[in-house]
Amino acid sequence: MNIFANILGKLSLDAIPHEMVTLGAGIGMTLGALGLVALVTYLKRWTWLWREWITSLDPKRIGVMYIIVAVVMMLRGFADVIMMRLQQATSVGNSHGVFTADTFQQVFSAHGTIMIFFVAMGLMFGIMNLVIPLQIGARDVAFPFLNSVSFWLFFAGMIIINLPMILGEFSAAGWLAYPPLSEIQFSPGVGVDYWIWSLQLSGIGSLLSGINFIVTILKMRAPGMTLMKMPVFSWSVLISMIMVIFAFPILTVTLTLLYLDRTMGMHFFTAGDGGNMMMYINLIWAWGHPEVYILVLPAFGIFSEVVATFSRKRLFGYRSMIWALSAIAFFSFIVWLHHFFTMGAGAHVNAFFGIMTMVIGIPTGVKIFNWLFTMFRGRIKFNSPMIWFMGFVFLFTLGGMTGVMLAVPGIDYQVHNSLFLVAHFHTMIISGVVFGFFAGLTYWFPKVFGFTLHEGLGKIAAWLWSIGFVLAFGPLFVLGLMGATRRLDHYVDPSWQPLFIVAGVGAAIIGLGVTCQLLQLFISVRQRKQHLDTTGDPWNGRTLEWSTVSPAPFYNYAVIPTVTHRDEFWEMKRAKASNVEPQYVDIHLPKNTGAGIIIACFAFLVGFAAVWHIPWLAIIGTVGAIIVTIRRLTTDDTEYTITADEIRILEQQHVKGHTA
Amino acid sequence: MTSTHLTAKQSTNENTLLGFWLYLMTDCILFGSLFATYIVLHNNTFGGPGGDKLFDMPAILVETLLLLTSSFTCGLAMLAVRQRNVRHTLLWFGFTFILGAIFLAMELTEFRHLVLEGNSWQRSGFLSAFFTLVGTHGLHITIGLLWLGVMGWQLWKRGFTNNTVRRLTVFSMFWHFLDIIWIFIFTFVYLMGDLQL
Amino acid sequence: MSKLQPTTARVVTYSIGFLSSVALTLIAYAIVVNDIFKNVWTPATIALILSLLAIFQLVIQLLFFLHLGEETKPRWKLMSFIFAFVILGVIVIGSLWIMFDLNSRMMMTPTEMIKYMDKQAGL
Repeated sequence: MNIFANILGKLSLDAIPHEMVTLGAGIGMTLGALGLVALVTYLKRWTWLWREWITSLDPKRIGVMYIIVAVVMMLRGFADVIMMRLQQATSVGNSHGVFTADTFQQVFSAHGTIMIFFVAMGLMFGIMNLVIPLQIGARDVAFPFLNSVSFWLFFAGMIIINLPMILGEFSAAGWLAYPPLSEIQFSPGVGVDYWIWSLQLSGIGSLLSGINFIVTILKMRAPGMTLMKMPVFSWSVLISMIMVIFAFPILTVTLTLLYLDRTMGMHFFTAGDGGNMMMYINLIWAWGHPEVYILVLPAFGIFSEVVATFSRKRLFGYRSMIWALSAIAFFSFIVWLHHFFTMGAGAHVNAFFGIMTMVIGIPTGVKIFNWLFTMFRGRIKFNSPMIWFMGFVFLFTLGGMTGVMLAVPGIDYQVHNSLFLVAHFHTMIISGVVFGFFAGLTYWFPKVFGFTLHEGLGKIAAWLWSIGFVLAFGPLFVLGLMGATRRLDHYVDPSWQPLFIVAGVGAAIIGLGVTCQLLQLFISVRQRKQHLDTTGDPWNGRTLEWSTVSPAPFYNYAVIPTVTHRDEFWEMKRAKASNVEPQYVDIHLPKNTGAGIIIACFAFLVGFAAVWHIPWLAIIGTVGAIIVTIRRLTTDDTEYTITADEIRILEQQHVKGHTA
Repeated sequence: MTSTHLTAKQSTNENTLLGFWLYLMTDCILFGSLFATYIVLHNNTFGGPGGDKLFDMPAILVETLLLLTSSFTCGLAMLAVRQRNVRHTLLWFGFTFILGAIFLAMELTEFRHLVLEGNSWQRSGFLSAFFTLVGTHGLHITIGLLWLGVMGWQLWKRGFTNNTVRRLTVFSMFWHFLDIIWIFIFTFVYLMGDLQL
Repeated sequence: MSKLQPTTARVVTYSIGFLSSVALTLIAYAIVVNDIFKNVWTPATIALILSLLAIFQLVIQLLFFLHLGEETKPRWKLMSFIFAFVILGVIVIGSLWIMFDLNSRMMMTPTEMIKYMDKQAGL
């Protein structure tokens, strides 16, 4: 009937994918999700899940949820890798490989988008939530409810980016969706809209987290912890979050303008009618460049903690580390044109941005030297976080040099959008961001879960990733210099094929590394009783978070510590232990609330309706989100109290043994 | 700086005010991106009329003065909050609401007029940028009016609790900020548009 | 936290802010609507004057309505505002520099382009 034809907008049974691979993946994902639901039902754990995790405003819980989502998405992103390597290893000359061109384009678009927005950002926010309050001596973040909203918006974005596997299609316009390809004329399907709304929702979550963590770090440090006594990881997060709040609004605007072009017939970036496509590229990279530094700065912070702890020596050059972080952050806002040197700007413009890009290498170099000087004459323990660090130092430095090469516009004209570029940025992101977060996860795992991860498997994983990486991306540097363009689903020169095969082998080795990590998790959980962290300080750490038991109590600190030194915990251990009975006070903590997930559900409805052009659903989503938000923001009863006596009892249980 | 010498309520207040200020800074960047886009596209009329032909300057002056006055009455309302005078607070915020509502009504009329004459956002890059920039500001005003309505109800029902006072303070920051953004819309869109700059 | 002025002083503050803003608005409007100035000043000068009037009103409203000058140390609001202003400047001016450079190069007619390339090659 006619009235029902439009009620679901563009949605119809045709939306279910026909293409085998996509359909297979979609069915697999759906079965997996249903299996999970069945498992939770069978174990009768829905109430537990709701009460302990979904409605929790404890950043330690929220952090774990971020990381679970990020790890699952990494598996999907990695599946994309296998597909791409398979295609490029086989699709030469007369053979056209395994996948259609259209599938391949959706795969590389999904790969980039997922890895940046859901894996890297997810791991980053996860680790921040787990560590920052503990490290600065606080009990929670500044805005616990906002924290929950941020996570659930991230989750909603994740759902949206996975929907194309069962409904519709994904974008084939790359991870940044340049117009005019991403405009409605050349991408009439829903793919680009899915991309836009997935990023819009998770982007708003990121922005809110940025505000949250800045206020947390500026206003909620333990008494005596001046900024210059704060651990470097906290500094790196503070600076990264400052970058978030100034970069992400640009993304919000750019995504909106693209959506308005596609849906409301506007002409921001269209090929005619007064649009200017280069403005999209300009804006998206004005966000995009700071974004990659947003990701890498906390990874640098993690390495600062790891290297100091496992060299059993304080970090060399604390002040210069802070200056370097600040310089990198500032410069990252004035280099963005280097992503489009070749797209029409004149020599003056290119020269300015090229020079600024080279300058950024200097503070980064300062940091590398500081880490090495920290290790010098230290008593180094080469456990798995340090193996990740060693992999990082070699690969990131080499990759950084290729970056300086790319910063020269003349060279960039030869290698822009070639596999040389692809190899460069993967080197920076994998050896920097990914290795850093893996080191951090291993390092802080016992603090969160109460037992350490299996060390042997961790070391093997780090080696496999490093060796696999060299094999996977080394050939790509060569191919790029030989003229191979990025995003090719087919090429004609057969002499390239051996290099692509080597790259495929490298990816497989990385895959073995990932398998080791999953195995490590599984075995560590099974063997947890043998690897209990009974002291709360398994690594002989230097910073405050190691002064609590493991796992940390839900209130973090019974008594907020007073800080007088940098590396306060290290000093506390050296000084004589105090025998004074701690003075307990009543503690106020935020109550659980379902408002976060509910608002995100309504936001999801808005995103879904926006993709499929269903106005009534968009209205329901908007109104629902507004009503729940207003209700929550007018509530006065949001906290509960634990009395001093209850704290004393809980603390005594920690002294006796392990509380679960 | 740490705040153990403050009470929990004072800490919450300070944190919220700083957090909201930071949000306003992000909104600056948001509007800045829209301004940059507008400036890049403002001559791309694609053969259609430019600002000088489309803008009704006297009406824009009236709108500007209305919004400015509402920012002033908002300030006076916050003084009444300081004196914990419910009636005066509701009175001045009432004026703020009415002035803001008239501003919004005039703006919507302007938009309607443009669309009916065939100068909608679909006509050119210039008009897309115009409607989006000015419309985003109008959307913020709309949200502000909704917020003010909710605050009026809250004040009426609960009086001056710590939470109500803090929320009213946050609202006033938002409202003043919107008038500041309008200064730039008035100058760079309307005044310069009228001069064909 | 901010030092609290007495309420009457505050009324004066708000009133000064309000009246100055009205004056600045009316001056800017008069310059534009009055054709006299079009012949006296170049368009660039008028644009500059209008921009300065706008910035002046911004500062007035920041000080008198948003009380930006009254913060006690640490002045996070002031610092974050200055930083936002700088980043805004970079993004807006940077974008305009880039886009106008691109536009001038992309919008050339073929004849103009040949002349331009010859000039670049030193012919």
